[in-house]
Amino acid sequence: MAMQFYASPEQLMRDRSEFARKGIARGRSVVVLSYAGGVLFVAENTSNALHKVSEIYDRIGFAAVGKYNEFEALRQGGVRYADLRGYSYDRRDVTARGLVNAFAQQLGAIFGEQSKPFEVEVCVAQVGAEAAADELYRLTYDGSVSDEPGFVAMGGQSEAIASTLRERHDTELDLRATLKIAVDALASIGGENGNPRTISAAQLEVAVLDRTRPGRAFRRLIGAALEGLLASETTSGDAESEASSEAAESAGDTDSAESSDS
Amino acid sequence: MATGLGASGRFSNLFTAPGGSSFTEFLNLTAPELLPGRRPLPPGDHGAIAPHGTTIVAATYTGGVVMGGDRRATQGNMIAQRDIEKVFPTDAYSVAGIAGTAGIAIEMIRLYQVELEHYEKIEGTPLTLDAKANRLSIMIRGNLGAALQGLAVVPLFAGYDLDAIDPAKAGRIFGFDVTGGCWEDRGYSSVGSGSVFAKSALKKLWKPGLDETGAVRVLVESLYDAADDDSATGGPDLIRKLYPILTVVDAEGVRRLTDDEVGAVVAEVIADRTANPGV
Repeated sequence: MAMQFYASPEQLMRDRSEFARKGIARGRSVVVLSYAGGVLFVAENTSNALHKVSEIYDRIGFAAVGKYNEFEALRQGGVRYADLRGYSYDRRDVTARGLVNAFAQQLGAIFGEQSKPFEVEVCVAQVGAEAAADELYRLTYDGSVSDEPGFVAMGGQSEAIASTLRERHDTELDLRATLKIAVDALASIGGENGNPRTISAAQLEVAVLDRTRPGRAFRRLIGAALEGLLASETTSGDAESEASSEAAESAGDTDSAESSDS
Repeated sequence: MATGLGASGRFSNLFTAPGGSSFTEFLNLTAPELLPGRRPLPPGDHGAIAPHGTTIVAATYTGGVVMGGDRRATQGNMIAQRDIEKVFPTDAYSVAGIAGTAGIAIEMIRLYQVELEHYEKIEGTPLTLDAKANRLSIMIRGNLGAALQGLAVVPLFAGYDLDAIDPAKAGRIFGFDVTGGCWEDRGYSSVGSGSVFAKSALKKLWKPGLDETGAVRVLVESLYDAADDDSATGGPDLIRKLYPILTVVDAEGVRRLTDDEVGAVVAEVIADRTANPGV
């Protein structure tokens, strides 16, 4: 007869935590940042088809690191939750907070009840009318939730990335500047001898929740649009004029959004 | 429960089950009471219980398609509403206009909008235009029982086909019958009580190679003719400034024309008709 070994609850939970943390740290990182025009998602992801960043609802985006099948199941559940809630109540009744509660219950139950926890870390972001009204939630494998001010870094060496972001992040900046900060932060780790790497557009998955856009705010930045934004300031004159035209454009968008709302 | 979550606040297995990308099928499992066409009706004809939407028209042009609808809803011989909206964007590249029992039609379109968006989010890619038309046809088929009891819904569907080989011909129109039959209409189409007159006008006025302005003008003319001869179709209401709703779909997506834009076209048509009203 096999012996039943006793393991204390503390030990069990510690083992599960360690297992999940190791799994999450193996992957590449994702960062989510508030900026003047909305919320920016940047993931290191060479796949065009398997997304780490996606749309949940009108003003809500999702980013995750860890095991793909596990966070994909969460994402699909989130889309189903949001669409069901929006259909049975109203589109405005779908909130990031409600979604985060469901995710937290789900992750917490799996962590407590099953022998293998989910090896995932998730960020749910809701874009507001201004950067101060953005909501960024970070969920970990055990179902704990934190409400992050301004930016979130997850996966890989997320602590090192977060410290770079902490120094440079500013919600007043435009999309181009914020994207540069995000990519610099991702590139700051993993290089040879501690040097920064270079990350090309093809290695990135980038999306924004555009606060000026009425209705569905989620938009992927791909191809030429992304390369244009990533182009360094060697042509700083162009960059400035583009940035100012972008500002003018988004001001126009705001006007149209207001007029269609009224 | 309307949110589908249990008392624990956790997702049921239905939420995390892999594979399903249809919102209607998901709703069927989690909250079937929210599906249209599931309500048992007592025997008899119930066509007179609720307002009806009337005339919808659509026309393709080089590089897109326009759909328009009048603003009148009728109940029997009464005007139920003067400013009803019957043309809806269904996603970024498609629109649907509805004729028939307005309440059921609006519910169906609302579900259809979620259906398209849900697929796009779950799969990471939108449905093809033909698949969108097919999904709508399946919904109409589900309403056949109610349709036979007088609560029919007959939409008109149009969209910009992002997979089209020739972008000039990417604007496409799909018509349906009450049993869910779906076919593509070349050039122009119309549904609803005024459609006989609108189609006759379109047959004379529409021609291949129109531009957007030309197509809009043709649609406003056809709605004017429908309102002229069909009591259930409303003409432009100059007193209240209620003009037909016109929605353009092109490579840039769906765009509803503003009242000022439509008002200008309406003014031109009325000026021409004042000079030559017909008899």
